[in-house]
Amino acid sequence: MAKDVAILGVGMHPWGKWGKNFVEYGLKACNDALGDAGLDWQDIEVVAGAETVRNGYAGYVAGATFAEALGWSGARVLTSYAACASGSQAINNARAMILADMADVILVVGADTTPKGFLAPNAGERWADPDWLRFRLMGCTNPTYFALYARRRMDLYGATEEDFAAVKVKNARHGMANPNARYHKEFTQEQVLESPLVADPLRLLEICATSDGAAAVVISSMDYARKRNIDPIRIRAVSTVTPTYPMTSVEMPYFSTDSAAVVAPNEMSFKASIAQAAYEEAGLGPEDMSMAEVYDLSSALELDWYENIGLCPEGDAEKLLRDGETTLGGRVPVNPSGGLACFGEAVPAQAIAQVCELTWQLRGQAGDRQIAGAQAGITANIGLFGHGSSVICST
Amino acid sequence: MSQSPIQPTVAGWFTDGDEPKLIGTQCRGCGTYFFPKQELFCRNPSCTSTDFDEVELSRTGRIWSYTKHYYAPPEPYITGDEFEPYTIAAVELETEKMVILGQVANGFEPEDLHTGQEMEVVVEKLYEQDGTDYTVWKWKPRAS
Repeated sequence: MAKDVAILGVGMHPWGKWGKNFVEYGLKACNDALGDAGLDWQDIEVVAGAETVRNGYAGYVAGATFAEALGWSGARVLTSYAACASGSQAINNARAMILADMADVILVVGADTTPKGFLAPNAGERWADPDWLRFRLMGCTNPTYFALYARRRMDLYGATEEDFAAVKVKNARHGMANPNARYHKEFTQEQVLESPLVADPLRLLEICATSDGAAAVVISSMDYARKRNIDPIRIRAVSTVTPTYPMTSVEMPYFSTDSAAVVAPNEMSFKASIAQAAYEEAGLGPEDMSMAEVYDLSSALELDWYENIGLCPEGDAEKLLRDGETTLGGRVPVNPSGGLACFGEAVPAQAIAQVCELTWQLRGQAGDRQIAGAQAGITANIGLFGHGSSVICST
Repeated sequence: MSQSPIQPTVAGWFTDGDEPKLIGTQCRGCGTYFFPKQELFCRNPSCTSTDFDEVELSRTGRIWSYTKHYYAPPEPYITGDEFEPYTIAAVELETEKMVILGQVANGFEPEDLHTGQEMEVVVEKLYEQDGTDYTVWKWKPRAS
């Protein structure tokens, strides 16, 4: 078990399509997190930035970009990139500095401005890059992968299009109470099922958009929090595991898996191993979780996560959903924030935003979406090229 | 009528003829397979081999999952004059036990497919560029 670190402050810039520079969003999130922590910028010893690759050089050096924007103070900087897992990598690298006694208090921030439509690979002729080749050789977009997983759930476990629509309906309802969400609109199952097919069996309203947004957290050593008489929400674990060979699940951006002809695959899938590592580090299990924030890139993918984070056995996710267990008011609400369904993805900010939601819920500050008596929660996501990401927080 | 010249989109990734096959590599150390070809180092963490043989992979497998794509993807996909929706299948090769994605052969729809169905490799045109037809591997339901 790793030692705990304290969450002193959290802040976000609302998600949307605002047409501004990502630095502006990030500054708002940083200042909100600093204010929430009761700290001044010059109290911060390290700035840990989650990198964005869609905003030029300033995005590549996100840590320094925010250090400069807040006013050069001599703080150290870190910048982390792990695709959709960049935010949790930044949190973990910051945590490592605290646990190594290299720093007491660190500001972690991720912000993005994203283009509309399908996320595309880097430009140019990139014949050795699987992320480029998957588009050129077969037109394999991100929704293609979400659709492959969705169809497999239907064929293996009897999931229905109505189940996938029900996830969207649930998350849309949750997001109504979240001022930081991009979409505040309820949908009926019928409306979801009438939206156009993007990648059969998934429809436009079931696939997450790309958004602008920013999220920040201020973390510190437990001693630093105690000296300030704060009883903080604690980060109990951060999992950043990679797959084990042979990696037999179909994952972006690859168009082939490893071969299982010689070495038998691990019994546990890569996605399940991400949460497993977090539970082990926290000394907690799925039964201890009051909530989860998972990466619903598609409505169907949320159902995979129920199983991957151990909320139910494989094949039972539809039952959990249909029984209302994962809805606000149920046994273990999933995506009380509204999830990506209501946010759209702002890549480097998203995993940090998940931790912001856990923090508000565990403090009892989540307003009309509050989970009564929330004690612990888990986040989960996965970044392109084998980046696992899961954070467990508790009171 | 003169026929357009035909070129593979990627040279050396598949054979042609009546029974085309994908071309991968097999590690001389541990015997595992790779597609696309791995030629520098073995990705099995228990194997230190850097020697590989080029091998033709089994040309049949079973569907892991499938989908149909209704929206035009971004570049570098080459759409041509008008976007045509296409079906994609992920197929697990029998001998090599690896899943390989590809478009489904022209004329087949999701309704023609199911998880576990037997498929075979075919080579078909993917796009036309500067008067040349470029081909790629696709998955076709195996005649029973």
